[in-house]
Amino acid sequence: MVESVLQWMAQNAEALIMVAKCGVVAGVLFNTVPLMVWLERRGSAWIQNRKGPNRLGPLGLFQGIADGIKAVFKEDLPLGHVAKFYYLAAPVVCLIPAFMTFAVIPFASELTVAGLNIKFQVADLNVGLLYIFSVASLGVYGIIMAGWSSNNKFSLLGSLRSTAQMISYELSLGLSVVGILMVFSSVNLSEIVLQQGAPLLELGPITIPKWGLFIQPLGFIIFLTSTYAETNRLPFDLPEGESEIVAGYHLEYGTMYFALFMMAEYINMTVAAALTATLFLGGWQMLPGFSWAHTTLTQALGLTTLGSDVFRVLLELGSFVAKTAFFLILFVWVRWTIPRFRYDQLMDLGWRVMLPLALVNIFVTGVLIYYGVI
Amino acid sequence: MLVKSKPGLFQRFYLIEITKGLAMTLRQWIFGKSVTISYPEERRNYSDRYRGMHYIKSVNGVENCTACMLCPTVCPAECIHIEAGEREDKEKYPVKFEIDVLRCCFCGMCEEACPKDAIKLSNIYEMSLTDREAADKRSLMEQRGHK
Repeated sequence: MVESVLQWMAQNAEALIMVAKCGVVAGVLFNTVPLMVWLERRGSAWIQNRKGPNRLGPLGLFQGIADGIKAVFKEDLPLGHVAKFYYLAAPVVCLIPAFMTFAVIPFASELTVAGLNIKFQVADLNVGLLYIFSVASLGVYGIIMAGWSSNNKFSLLGSLRSTAQMISYELSLGLSVVGILMVFSSVNLSEIVLQQGAPLLELGPITIPKWGLFIQPLGFIIFLTSTYAETNRLPFDLPEGESEIVAGYHLEYGTMYFALFMMAEYINMTVAAALTATLFLGGWQMLPGFSWAHTTLTQALGLTTLGSDVFRVLLELGSFVAKTAFFLILFVWVRWTIPRFRYDQLMDLGWRVMLPLALVNIFVTGVLIYYGVI
Repeated sequence: MLVKSKPGLFQRFYLIEITKGLAMTLRQWIFGKSVTISYPEERRNYSDRYRGMHYIKSVNGVENCTACMLCPTVCPAECIHIEAGEREDKEKYPVKFEIDVLRCCFCGMCEEACPKDAIKLSNIYEMSLTDREAADKRSLMEQRGHK
């Protein structure tokens, strides 16, 4: 019995690994939500010289779980004035694209175990980046559906504002990446990450890698700003506005439906942070000092080839998580620093500053590539 | 007066100002000390002259109060209700001494008016009770505060 199961597993190893990868990625993404809620609340408390939620679990880490349990057990009031089907579908339509986008982001380099080549990426698509942009823009439908089906003026206005904002900033978001695509001549994310490992400058003992940040600083700033607008985070959280449109598109939602919108927002943040790390900070390329630690420790411990490879993958995973975590912390950090923009200022920044700057960036990159500088 | 200053070129470039702001919040994040406290475990030190929950001073288990009605007269919120009675030794005493704490403004004028040093304000600032019956004359007499 056990033998036949093992045999079956060996025969279907690739499919099983695929399922495991999907499960792990979805699980990790899911678990970033309570962690980010905790970071948001404790972080804001620390910045504002408060204590924040510190009662539940170590350092108050279980607060997000408690919030989730509360949301699940709250009474679900049946609303008479909403378009039922679209009202119930909207949170799911928001959430699923948020999960889907992470599929093409590589989080470590390849590993070969017993002749099996494991890629640490759910789907190695040729169209990687284009896939992310196309799926991420599906999230707008969820917001529009929520606003329209709620049958509420504030909801509708909020969803219109959100949609207009997301569509405007999608332009500069897409154009800011074009520079990266020109330099690496690929939209495949694993290819882009692989190429970022090459050295850019040798300054004595210090090697500056060819990370997107160093070859596309302007593109990085535009991309980062646009992701804030895309994920509806402060300083661009215009879909919400207590004094103007109350809670915006999720005004009519309560209980777990509201929590699903929140989860979609936080997962979008995680994907945006991971994408920023992938495109501009070299993705799973090791942080300075990690590759040195790898070679020394492999020699010191006398690891086999497989052990060395597993150690390398772990270090790469650690680098990727650290980079993503930095951008997630930056999300919170920026939120509690910068006051929000007015709506016309937001549009002004998007269309009259970000878009021309992104075009200038593409032009300059083109010129530099033509003269062989990059 | 509304003073409008035109932002300079560097200020309009946002990024430098944003970086300054981020440095400021990072300083608070890392070095900032919490100004709030974990309330039920930690307490703030209030002044000894803090005016909190009332209590009636008593000597040998007999309240000092003689139901002279000075405190309900002086009370600006009209929250003290006294019913006077007579003891066997012909001494006047309050049969009922009720303070409507929800109406009380904790001005302390009852304390000032009292000739017998009977009604006092303690340091107690937690006044929620789980039981309506608990807030009678006896509770007023037993709550000494920390004066």
